[in-house]
Amino acid sequence: MNWIYDPWPWYVSGPLIALTMFILLFAGRQFGMSSNLRNLCAASGGGKAADFFKFDWKKERWNLLVMVGAALGGFIASQYLSNNTVEINPDVAQKLETYGIYSANEAYMPTEIFSLEALSDPANILILIIGGFLVGFGARYAGGCTSGHAISGLSNLQLPSLIAVIGFFAGGMVMIHLIYPLLFL
Amino acid sequence: MKTLFYLVVGTFFGILMYKSEAASWFRIYEMFEFGSFHMYGIIGSALILGILGIQLIKRFDIKTLKGQDMHLKPKNKSFYRYAIGGTLFGLGWALAGACPGPMYVLAGAGYVSILIVIFGALLGTFIYGLLRNKLPH
Repeated sequence: MNWIYDPWPWYVSGPLIALTMFILLFAGRQFGMSSNLRNLCAASGGGKAADFFKFDWKKERWNLLVMVGAALGGFIASQYLSNNTVEINPDVAQKLETYGIYSANEAYMPTEIFSLEALSDPANILILIIGGFLVGFGARYAGGCTSGHAISGLSNLQLPSLIAVIGFFAGGMVMIHLIYPLLFL
Repeated sequence: MKTLFYLVVGTFFGILMYKSEAASWFRIYEMFEFGSFHMYGIIGSALILGILGIQLIKRFDIKTLKGQDMHLKPKNKSFYRYAIGGTLFGLGWALAGACPGPMYVLAGAGYVSILIVIFGALLGTFIYGLLRNKLPH
């Protein structure tokens, strides 16, 4: 029964992501996860502060349901379908050790950043908040995230999405190769 | 019925994100270190099938289940918003090690700290909404 806990290889996962996009297209929707951040802002009264949040968010109820489902899926997968460890390239794991992260190959998320004990470190909380802030701000500024641009937009051969995805990657490279050494070494 | 449909699609997507390890901080880091083909294979194969499928939809004018046009509206033409917004997103993606879809998945998986990331993402979305008219698009 070990196969139940094994991760899914890329050639299973990638096609299933495309399938998710097509299911939503056939339902008359467009695959896009970061839109839910805007929906949540609108649902909690953001329309009073900015016109950007003045829209009928109840029409986007379907996407909020997808979001709730995604959380449910995360619960099911982590509880029943996974041993919650991720094996990565040994060289990469070794490099992470120089950053003080030793939980590669032993956890799904680095315990040095995501465990409850790590929350006693204010610098770590700052990393989580700033990281999230940039994701939320950048996704709305760019009009989409990994699902909306890298999957939906590029599948539709849209130039704006190509510019955005090059930006995603450029930002990620700068963070990992230029800023991480400053933060963690 | 509709409620159940979208919940099931979301649950499927959540299991997929977790089981593919695309929701793992380690896989995102490894991708930016070019340490494995895994993430490139996931995005690349999704993309190839996505492009093929959408070309078929366009060529044969395939409609939604309700007989309407597919939701394939082109994005507004621009450079700055995609370049600047995209780069900021990438910085955050690598710093937090999670993009929006996986954030919800990780919350469901019980990682309390991801709630701080989600809070940050909501704050970022809100501040963008406030500053929107002052930013170059």
